[in-house]
Amino acid sequence: MLTKEQVRQVAALARVRASDDELTGYVAELGRILDHVARLQEVDTEGMPPTSRALEQRGILREDMPQVPLLRETVLANAPDERHGMFLVPRVVEE
Amino acid sequence: MATVYETVIGLEVHVELATETKMFCGCPTAFGAPPNTQVCPVCLGLPGSLPVPNARAIAYALKAALALECEIDPECRWDRKNYHYPDLPKGYQITQYARPLARSGHLRFSITETNGDTVDREVRIRRLHMEEDTGKSTHEGLPGTSTGVDLNRAGVPLIEIVSEPDIRTPEEARVYLQALRTLLLYTGVSDVKMEEGSLRCDANVSVRPVGEDTLGVLVEIKNMNSFRSVQRALEFEVNRQVDLLQSGGRIVRETRHWDDRREITFSSRSKEEAHDYRYFPEPDLGPCDLTPAFVEQTRQSLPELPTAKCQRYISLGLSGYDASVLAMDPPLASFFDAMLRAGGAPRESAALLTVELLGRLNATGIAIHDPACRVTPSALAELQKLVADGTINGKIAKEVLDEMVQTGATARTVVENRGLRQVSDEGAILEAVRSVLTANPVEVADYRDGKEKLFGFLVGQVMKATRGKANPALVNAVLRRELQGRSE
Repeated sequence: MLTKEQVRQVAALARVRASDDELTGYVAELGRILDHVARLQEVDTEGMPPTSRALEQRGILREDMPQVPLLRETVLANAPDERHGMFLVPRVVEE
Repeated sequence: MATVYETVIGLEVHVELATETKMFCGCPTAFGAPPNTQVCPVCLGLPGSLPVPNARAIAYALKAALALECEIDPECRWDRKNYHYPDLPKGYQITQYARPLARSGHLRFSITETNGDTVDREVRIRRLHMEEDTGKSTHEGLPGTSTGVDLNRAGVPLIEIVSEPDIRTPEEARVYLQALRTLLLYTGVSDVKMEEGSLRCDANVSVRPVGEDTLGVLVEIKNMNSFRSVQRALEFEVNRQVDLLQSGGRIVRETRHWDDRREITFSSRSKEEAHDYRYFPEPDLGPCDLTPAFVEQTRQSLPELPTAKCQRYISLGLSGYDASVLAMDPPLASFFDAMLRAGGAPRESAALLTVELLGRLNATGIAIHDPACRVTPSALAELQKLVADGTINGKIAKEVLDEMVQTGATARTVVENRGLRQVSDEGAILEAVRSVLTANPVEVADYRDGKEKLFGFLVGQVMKATRGKANPALVNAVLRRELQGRSE
């Protein structure tokens, strides 16, 4: 059974802000999805290879040939702020 | 009695592959380009963009895995590792989690002990997988509360090489890393420069009482930016852990950063959220499909690797130490191999190269593979042969080499132009010996009275009289005969 605390944790990991009421709603909505998946889990898949994508395409590769990158002004066009050609973001504290 | 502790170290090494383009897009990977000039919608993580793997990156990763004697998973897969950080625009890194490219390899290397003996070591490789690099964050020269993000590095192909916790000392960790670097240099898949970040190393360190089987509490060390700092950081950390345990403290599982200037590790106080990367299969990429033929062809393309090279040198008569010095330095080994191909005798060539030529080059700061090094392998081999066939003696060879280093002339030219041929004419040597004996009556008398050390002095005088060119063996024989003759 999904708990509100678990939903809060998942929201935090995904950087999703949710009010207490919203979290309560998500518990119910996500719970229905999990119930559905739980039913799928009952199917006997012994010996079946896992399907992680709809089209099992393999071996599609690219030659190691440089392409022209974007112009920097295009790259930074949507940046909230920039300095010295870099995206400027709120300080990330590492230490 | 105080408990004796054993150190257990495992290393996680990231290596940037020397491809022209990124792992999943065609952006160039040149080091040092102006910020954000090597990016496109794929590495920016823009909606609708799709990754396509770089064939050469996979070939390089495979080559590295084979050089490390790994088992290959031809159907290895891609996964998403989810976390939020400004240098990771997609919010996930494409990596390999459940099905890495390779597992169960080995790295063999030797450690030189203080007494000069070499000890062979083997560290098991747990896994080797492919992934994409992140961008870079900087704080310097920016307004106080902001971070600058450059995404040129985002998406550069990496391999991560994870060792088993088989390393027992900080020194061994450094040597492992150097041996790994050498191995990768031979394969040519990376330029493996720690100072440019194309070789990066994190360590997991714990200590436990000797005899204990379970591992102690793991501490991860980051930010070690040179071979030296790897050893220094681990030495500091091991001492810190042992001191803590001995004073009744407990080790906390954490990540610590090495401060190269203060020479300490410190706890990164960032709130230690439990890492929950929520890995899942990358839906945008199919599994790899490495055919047995491709794997075999890559295996065949591997050059002779350091361990095999070292063995070959030892079988040619080199000491374990010399063999390892040569094999661990690709340009030096290639110079030595070229000397052998030119007919140089192995042991003598190794000595000429590592002692004489390198000594002279080091004094002037020239590397062996530098165009400024004017001595070619065949020229040095020729010098060795001139000594071997008695054309010149060993002392003169050093003079000849001095000139070869300066002018790039061949050994034979120097010998002929300067008339340095060894004098092996017994008559000429006898003449020189006699005049030395006549000129030094006191020393001769003392020698006869038992001061045998004076023999060396007299040899020196003869060599001086012949300007170093006399055949030393002949000088010895003639001098001894003459001294005996005169004493009777």
